[in-house]
Amino acid sequence: MSGVDVVNQAYADGLAAGQLLLQRCGDCGRHQFYPRIACSHCTGSKLTWVRAAGGGQIASFTVVRRGVSADFTAPYVVALVDLDEGVRMMTHIIDADPEQLEIGMPVALDFQQVAIAPGRQPVFRPAAP
Amino acid sequence: MLSLSDIAIVGSYETRLGVVPDRGPMALGVEATLGAIADAGLEPAEVDGLITCNSLVAPVMYHAEATAEYAGMAPGHCLSVGTGGGTTFTALRYAAAAIQTGLAHTVVVSMADSMRSFMTRERAMVVQSSSGHPLYEQPYGPTVPAYYALIAQAHMDAFGTTESQFAEAMVSSRAWASLNPSAQYREQVSVEDVLASKPIADPLKLLDCSIVSDGGAAVVLTRLDRARDLPHTPVMLRGYGEGHHYEHISQASSLIASAAADSGRAALEQAGLHVRDIGLAQLYDCFSPALLIQLEDLGFCAKGEGGDYLASGATRPGGQLAVNTHGGMLSHCHPGNPGAMFGLTEAIRQYRGGAGERQLHDLEHTLLHAQGGIMSSHATLILGRPQ
Repeated sequence: MSGVDVVNQAYADGLAAGQLLLQRCGDCGRHQFYPRIACSHCTGSKLTWVRAAGGGQIASFTVVRRGVSADFTAPYVVALVDLDEGVRMMTHIIDADPEQLEIGMPVALDFQQVAIAPGRQPVFRPAAP
Repeated sequence: MLSLSDIAIVGSYETRLGVVPDRGPMALGVEATLGAIADAGLEPAEVDGLITCNSLVAPVMYHAEATAEYAGMAPGHCLSVGTGGGTTFTALRYAAAAIQTGLAHTVVVSMADSMRSFMTRERAMVVQSSSGHPLYEQPYGPTVPAYYALIAQAHMDAFGTTESQFAEAMVSSRAWASLNPSAQYREQVSVEDVLASKPIADPLKLLDCSIVSDGGAAVVLTRLDRARDLPHTPVMLRGYGEGHHYEHISQASSLIASAAADSGRAALEQAGLHVRDIGLAQLYDCFSPALLIQLEDLGFCAKGEGGDYLASGATRPGGQLAVNTHGGMLSHCHPGNPGAMFGLTEAIRQYRGGAGERQLHDLEHTLLHAQGGIMSSHATLILGRPQ
């Protein structure tokens, strides 16, 4: 028993190959994240996997000063990033001075080991100007 | 079928609260259940419905049934409800519906938990933040304050709201709590005190966050025609609404406007009231931005003006709108999911005239709001006096 269903496994396989995979709906053409068995916009089931181009901007962020557990060393940045494909995800912003962060700032995809998930996870860094 | 406005709250009880190391969640829940039944002037055997909320600290498989068993009750209907912080009013609505439809005659809604004394702070942080998506949010270590900080930051960006304005939530809460002997924290604070408190998740500081408590409370509902024979003047249900736009904050369509707008509109419409008719608002102040956004979304001030509204002193004693006269979850009691129960028991106390130094005069209509998740699951309840 793997404990991981097929859409989450496909997403994890993408990460293992160094790719952030999104689902695109064959019926309405929109993207979605997190992965699902049906389109959350139109309920369509013709979903295909596409590789995120890697660009986005900060929708909101916070500098966590008291970590959730001993697995996490504060301070760290928890952010919501809007990808250029039109989906939003929770992530870390890395290699940034928290004082310089602002909503709307362009960011670029990277991958990094995080505390409690297997393998590298998508994170973002400020995009090169 | 009876209408919602035929349903009355006839019993109300709060356990000792704050730091209660000698009674765990189940014992507090049973104390609240039996206490509310006695307050209503009823015998346990006259109650045919029990609705509870599971404990986060010591969850059990069949919570309402286990509560009934411990209390020596055998009600015809048991139900455990879980919509996080919104559970209080969701459960109350289903209790009322059971009475309206004739499924049950008299229903107890009872909740208790012991986050303060029966769980370590470290474990409480992990348990509470586990409302985050296990695969797509939790790997990034969000805490519950961090979820609300994302909302606060977005509100600051959209409307120019300031950290000082968020700080006004605790100033108002403590001003009320200082008048309530049962509040866990009663010392008044200033905006400067809040700003100087320990940073938790920017822009939120320790004093932007609710407290961690032990405590339980219960209420008894029945039909108005039965209520007339009971000792207390009944408090009537007048309107109710819910709204659920998402569960996980990363899936929210808006960080700055919530489904409280839907639930509030529906509740006021059912009651046939306008927000200006509300004399007491018992809101879900788990974090300062949650209170500020509810004030906007429920219509007490315009969208974007919550910061100015709080800073004006409108919600403090003597202000234009009494908000959380018991002190709310920022100061009075927040044991976990039961937090909004104390907004309800305080409203009943206000109607009965037992609120001491913080007693409101000529109170007609109360709006109570609770929300679960991260501004996710919303429930609004309107209370009034018998017609």
